[in-house]
Amino acid sequence: MDAVLLSRLQFAMTSMFHFLFVPLTLGLSILTAIFEYLYIKTGDEDYKTAAKFWGKLFLINFALGVVTGITLEFQFGTNWRYYSEFMGDIFGSLLAIEATLAFFLESTFIAVWFFGWNKLSKGLHNLAMWLVALGSNISAYWILTANAWMQHPVGYKINEELGRAELTNFWAVITNSYAIHEVLHTLSAAYILAGFFVLGISAYHILRKTHVEFFKKSFRVAAVWTAVFTIFLIFHSHFQASDVAEKQPEKLAAMEAQWETQRGAPWLVFAIVDEANERNTLEILPIPKLLSLLSYHDPNAEVKGLKEWPRDERPPVAITFYSFRFMVFLGLWFLILSIWAYLKRNEPERHPLLLKLLLWTIPLPYIAIQFGWLVTEVGRQPWIVYRIMRVSEAASPVPVSFIWISFISLLVLYAILGIVDFYLLAKNAKLGPDAVK
Amino acid sequence: MEGNIFQVIWFIIWGLLWAMYFVLDGFDLGVGMLLPFVAKDERERKLAYTAIGPFWDANEVWLITAGGATFAAFPKTYAVMFSALYLPLMLILIALILRGVALEFRNKVESPFWRNVWDWVFFVGSFIPAFLLGVAFGNIFKGIPIDQNGIFQGSILSLFNVYGLLTGLLFVSFFLVHGAVWLSIRLPDKELKKKYANLAMKLWWVELVIAVIFLIATYFYTDLWNNYFKYVWLWIIPLLTVVSLLLIPVYLKKEEYWKAWFASAGTIFFATYFGIGGLYPRMFPSSIDPSYSLTIYNASSSLLTLEIMTIVVIIFVPIVLAYTFWVYKTFGQELSTGEEY
Repeated sequence: MDAVLLSRLQFAMTSMFHFLFVPLTLGLSILTAIFEYLYIKTGDEDYKTAAKFWGKLFLINFALGVVTGITLEFQFGTNWRYYSEFMGDIFGSLLAIEATLAFFLESTFIAVWFFGWNKLSKGLHNLAMWLVALGSNISAYWILTANAWMQHPVGYKINEELGRAELTNFWAVITNSYAIHEVLHTLSAAYILAGFFVLGISAYHILRKTHVEFFKKSFRVAAVWTAVFTIFLIFHSHFQASDVAEKQPEKLAAMEAQWETQRGAPWLVFAIVDEANERNTLEILPIPKLLSLLSYHDPNAEVKGLKEWPRDERPPVAITFYSFRFMVFLGLWFLILSIWAYLKRNEPERHPLLLKLLLWTIPLPYIAIQFGWLVTEVGRQPWIVYRIMRVSEAASPVPVSFIWISFISLLVLYAILGIVDFYLLAKNAKLGPDAVK
Repeated sequence: MEGNIFQVIWFIIWGLLWAMYFVLDGFDLGVGMLLPFVAKDERERKLAYTAIGPFWDANEVWLITAGGATFAAFPKTYAVMFSALYLPLMLILIALILRGVALEFRNKVESPFWRNVWDWVFFVGSFIPAFLLGVAFGNIFKGIPIDQNGIFQGSILSLFNVYGLLTGLLFVSFFLVHGAVWLSIRLPDKELKKKYANLAMKLWWVELVIAVIFLIATYFYTDLWNNYFKYVWLWIIPLLTVVSLLLIPVYLKKEEYWKAWFASAGTIFFATYFGIGGLYPRMFPSSIDPSYSLTIYNASSSLLTLEIMTIVVIIFVPIVLAYTFWVYKTFGQELSTGEEY
């Protein structure tokens, strides 16, 4: 295996593993802050316990998010040296700003929150968690802006003499419409994940009739929250996809397995992709003209097919297509389930089927989010910076054996940490409020 | 590329970020290295963990920021340095991951075996970054075998030369003293305080001996001193380092532990700038040919990026420092019994 492929695998592994923890951090910080706010507002001790209970799960998860983030900050240099040299002028500053504005905030105030129960006033203590939430959500904005620049570079010029991209318009970079869409999509997906996390664990206890009244309160808040963000995400996704259609048409074609350029293109509910022969072996339920309509708001619009681009400028089709389909199906499932949970939020104990489905749905948003990243990142291939630099040009001149060593070590380490973290989360989740008494 | 003042400013900020990291995470790493050997019973260990509990995570962010700022202000240095030092850096990162999870997971399960395992993980996760960061900086001071394309031409083992190892030991001794002094501030009971103050005192002698050998060896193995012979006013930096170092035992004897900690912090801070001042204007010198070295002039970002980053630093670093100060003031005092987590 060559250094490029191995570095890609390592980067994919470390970033996907990192992103198992990030979404819950983004959402659960806010939910925990809301529970604590409700405690201050109503004086109901259950909300205080809820803040402590969900806060404890938050912390177990947060720890892994933090430590697995460290490798990401440095891997651009270790494994993608030429990429870093080429566009550090833009990308590096976004990372540095993220650290300065966001990481200090979240890392400082999570400790204030954890250690401050008896040291601070109620309001100040609650503020600490709001600042954690603010810090982690600001962090998402900056890192997604950096990612969006790789997808849709703006505000730069190429300096031929130094062989690198240079910033010309910082404002354009931080208001990149591609970034705004990514931020809205990623944050609402993260909030949905956190919402189903709270709903699922609450459902577990309500089903087993342990701490029912306590968990019904968490359930009610999370049901409203999850439904709001799921509905938002479904609507917003449509606008995001048409933005992709405009800015990265070959990614859209891969997402839809659209080989031929076509007017009034249908939307395939599912298909079996045959990449070698540039066709789909099977197309299930093509809905006439829907792809054209969705992409360009015109049922007869022309959608460019993959064959428009030379093979070495197309993303891998099968991974992109299947990942996108699975993400969409899961999203629709979340829509149905969250509306159902919303409607029954005051008496969930009378709907055991709903509760069981919620419990089993806990892992699904994690899977949906990973599929989403596969679409975004695999769909950008073969480019590391869209149409400016190829992934194959970006890798560091490091011996393959070194990358094997780091890859295997990180894989083993992450596997162990993942197991320990899951064990601790499950153990504390099952204990319920007893875990914090 | 022509030089500009922002490149110099960012070189100073670059040094500041490393210095802040060493000063702040230094005592966490020191506590980690000391813990399994000197904290005898479970109560003392728990107290030691609690002593750094509210701080270590934010302290580590200074390292992330140092990395990010290198990327932003000197992308070529970031790219060449981290790919040239691939394996040592990966080892440091893995160790820091272990250190972080040890701190978070250790007290989540009530089992002596579980705790004991994490205590050792905590030790390894603290020792490796302390030592290897020292080895890395020692080699940077000495020069790294990179060719005209910035590709590392040495062997990994060649990094473990006498001067590299000496700098590694210097870092370890800095952090051990720093950690011991921190514990004498934070731990309750006169007895425990005294124990760690005495330990800090003994470790200080080790620190002193290594520091003296380091300063002499630096003259023979590196050309860091050249800048000091060239610009006499720069002598203020080594002078402040030595004064800070000599103040540590003075305050320890007077049982003024906070002052002793600041003296130790000053030692680490100014020692970092001693290296930075000697490197100027180089960031990653080549030992093959000086013209292959990365300097603040051939490795920096565009002027616009440096200007924007300067504005960000001017606005946000004081805010970070303000709330960091508040956190140390609120949570940094002596622990009372029963406060351990």
